[in-house]
Amino acid sequence: MKKMSKVTKNNLITYAMVIAAYIVMEILLKTGHVSSLLQGLLVPLCTYVILAVSLNLTVGILGELSLGHAGFMCVGAFSSALFSLTTKEAIPNGGLRFLIAILIACVAAAVCGVIVGIPVLRLKGDYLAIVTLAFGEIIKNLVNAIYLGIDSKGFHFSMKDTISLNLEPEGKVLIKGAQGITGTPHSSNFTIGVILILITLIIVNNLVHSRTGRAVMSIRDNRIAAESIGINITKYKLIAFTLSAAMAGVAGALYSHNLATLTALPKNFGYNMSIMILVFVVLGGIGNMRGSVIAAVVLTLLPELLRGLSDYRMLIYAIVLIVMMIFNWSPAVLDMRKKLAAKLKKNQTEKEA
Amino acid sequence: MKKKLLSLVLAMAMTASLLAGCGAGTGETTGTDGAEVAEEAAEETEAAEETAEEAEAAEETAEEAEAPAAEGGVLKIGGIGPTTGGAAVYGTAVMNAAQIAVDEINAAGGVNGMTLELKFEDDECDAEKSVNAYNTLKDWNMQVLMGTVTSGCCIAVAESAMADNMFLLTPSGSAVECVQYDNAFRVCFSDPNQGIASAQYIGANALATKVAVIYDSSDIYSSGIYEKFAAEAANQPFEIVAAEAFTADNKTDFTVQLQKAKDAGADLVFLPIYYTEASLILAQANQMGLDTKFFGCDGLDGILAVENFDTALAEGVMLLTPFAADATDDKTVKFVEAYKAAYSDTPNQFAADAYDAIYTIKAACEKAGVTADMSTSDICDALKGAMTQITVDGLTGDGITWSADGEPTKAPKAVVISDGAYKAM
Repeated sequence: MKKMSKVTKNNLITYAMVIAAYIVMEILLKTGHVSSLLQGLLVPLCTYVILAVSLNLTVGILGELSLGHAGFMCVGAFSSALFSLTTKEAIPNGGLRFLIAILIACVAAAVCGVIVGIPVLRLKGDYLAIVTLAFGEIIKNLVNAIYLGIDSKGFHFSMKDTISLNLEPEGKVLIKGAQGITGTPHSSNFTIGVILILITLIIVNNLVHSRTGRAVMSIRDNRIAAESIGINITKYKLIAFTLSAAMAGVAGALYSHNLATLTALPKNFGYNMSIMILVFVVLGGIGNMRGSVIAAVVLTLLPELLRGLSDYRMLIYAIVLIVMMIFNWSPAVLDMRKKLAAKLKKNQTEKEA
Repeated sequence: MKKKLLSLVLAMAMTASLLAGCGAGTGETTGTDGAEVAEEAAEETEAAEETAEEAEAAEETAEEAEAPAAEGGVLKIGGIGPTTGGAAVYGTAVMNAAQIAVDEINAAGGVNGMTLELKFEDDECDAEKSVNAYNTLKDWNMQVLMGTVTSGCCIAVAESAMADNMFLLTPSGSAVECVQYDNAFRVCFSDPNQGIASAQYIGANALATKVAVIYDSSDIYSSGIYEKFAAEAANQPFEIVAAEAFTADNKTDFTVQLQKAKDAGADLVFLPIYYTEASLILAQANQMGLDTKFFGCDGLDGILAVENFDTALAEGVMLLTPFAADATDDKTVKFVEAYKAAYSDTPNQFAADAYDAIYTIKAACEKAGVTADMSTSDICDALKGAMTQITVDGLTGDGITWSADGEPTKAPKAVVISDGAYKAM
């Protein structure tokens, strides 16, 4: 009983932290104390937090390495942006349209998750890392090769160029290959972002402490033992992985509806992005959802706050990463932190005495 | 252990002092200033000074930068482009050339009594970072935006600039959507215009009857030109016999594309791509014994400067470019000399576009009578009207005029490479 309440308390602290941050930001926004830079960063922050939490489900809870999380984000971003663009006139209500777009992003990414997961999650070892790595690159290149247009006769599709779409003169090109999608309506905002973060956190935290979650963690801790007590390994792995992919898709929808252009560059949906998300997870603490939230926020803000250093900021960013890694994980520093904490405690008790 | 602690404290203190500098609402004009601040801060940290003192030092540096403000006030021009990453060449060229133009104008007495101040922010060629850079510049109280350098970023930033009614003049954002709003203008040709102009040029001068195209399908610039080229080719007395694409992930071996061009019997190969790949294509075509004419766009500018490239291979290559660094007119010579003296590098057409962009802003400000105390939105409205009335004689063309849709009108220039130098055709 006591243990249960501790878990709930821990979860509630995470939610309270997100809500408190939201309220503080809203008050600052209303009173006009927030710089334009930070205002512009609010939605990307929400996007990266969701990505970090969703990847933590795969890496921390399921114990599998995924190197293609940006691929799922890409699927979500493009599917939702395409939907919003085609239904701009049909659904004038922006909120409703965005809600449907998010659901579409979620489903599209989940389907990709299942497709990748079914063959790979049956295997033992690091195969998921290899396959997701390939998946991310394939999606990026695939999206760069797609041309899609619409006119009175319906959709036209080509893998070559816009000319071979054979559109009528008044037809509209929706996806222009490497030029991607332009003109996505600006539907994302901070409030929706925070709501999505909270939903993501609630889903993950509840899953972890459910029967399913315990089954997933038992696979992570000892696959043979889990198998021996009759846990369907593939099924539980697939549940966790698909959920993780679906949430990355949601983050993609949030991302695509925040920018007018959506192009699949190596920069935003490539391998580097996947690694970036993994860095959030590792620095925040594998399996620690609150840590992921904090790490994602800090590491997204840092390069922007270091803009004063111009080109040197990347160098400093790398140094900060290393320092953070040492501070969080080095056994010597951990020892020292423990000693310091004990000393502080001792001082306090002495004072009280 | 102590070393680790020290490094941690050092990094933190450096960050803190620099943030304090930013918070004071001042900005450095160039990258080197930022570095100086960093060095100063680092030195002081080593001397184990208090953080508060460092913040003071950073503020002092900032005050120094603000000092040379003239009576007429300061017009703050923001610039955005990639100065790090794969496209850094273009962003850096724009940043450097714009700085030269700003320094020249300030030395000559400024605009309407105002001095110009340029702050350039890096966007890493990423739309999201570009919007962040835009917001950073807004916090710096930018009044006019010269940017962004690349098309994809420009479309995203144009959206924000439209919402703020910020005047935007992109030196090199060539995609159509970059200037879709009435507050946005550009200096370079749009991609479609380049494609159409190339097709018309080849047709009008009867350069070929069978044309092969090799383009980068993953690049907006390249595929944009190709599409319009192919559309215009239908109206021209030549046919496209092969259109072969490559992508950014696979751009070292072009023998397949060249073989197809050879098999199709092409007598001219159109290369709407950047010079790095073009130099490889020329070398490989030579090895294969493919002896055709080659025709390119402004992306080929710079091909003669590629390291280890035999310029004899480029003999006879034609390109449509607004700027050639070895042209002999006074303006170009003066600019190239200034650029070489300041950055010991030969400017490319991006630099020329940026240089013209700053002078265009100056001309428009003079026409509209912009003063530094006007609000950003008022400046934008004034410049919008002035842009369609001005005529600029720049590096990239004489008598450049703008229409209200943001497109420049200037004559396309074609040059041919002969004896290892660009020659006007």
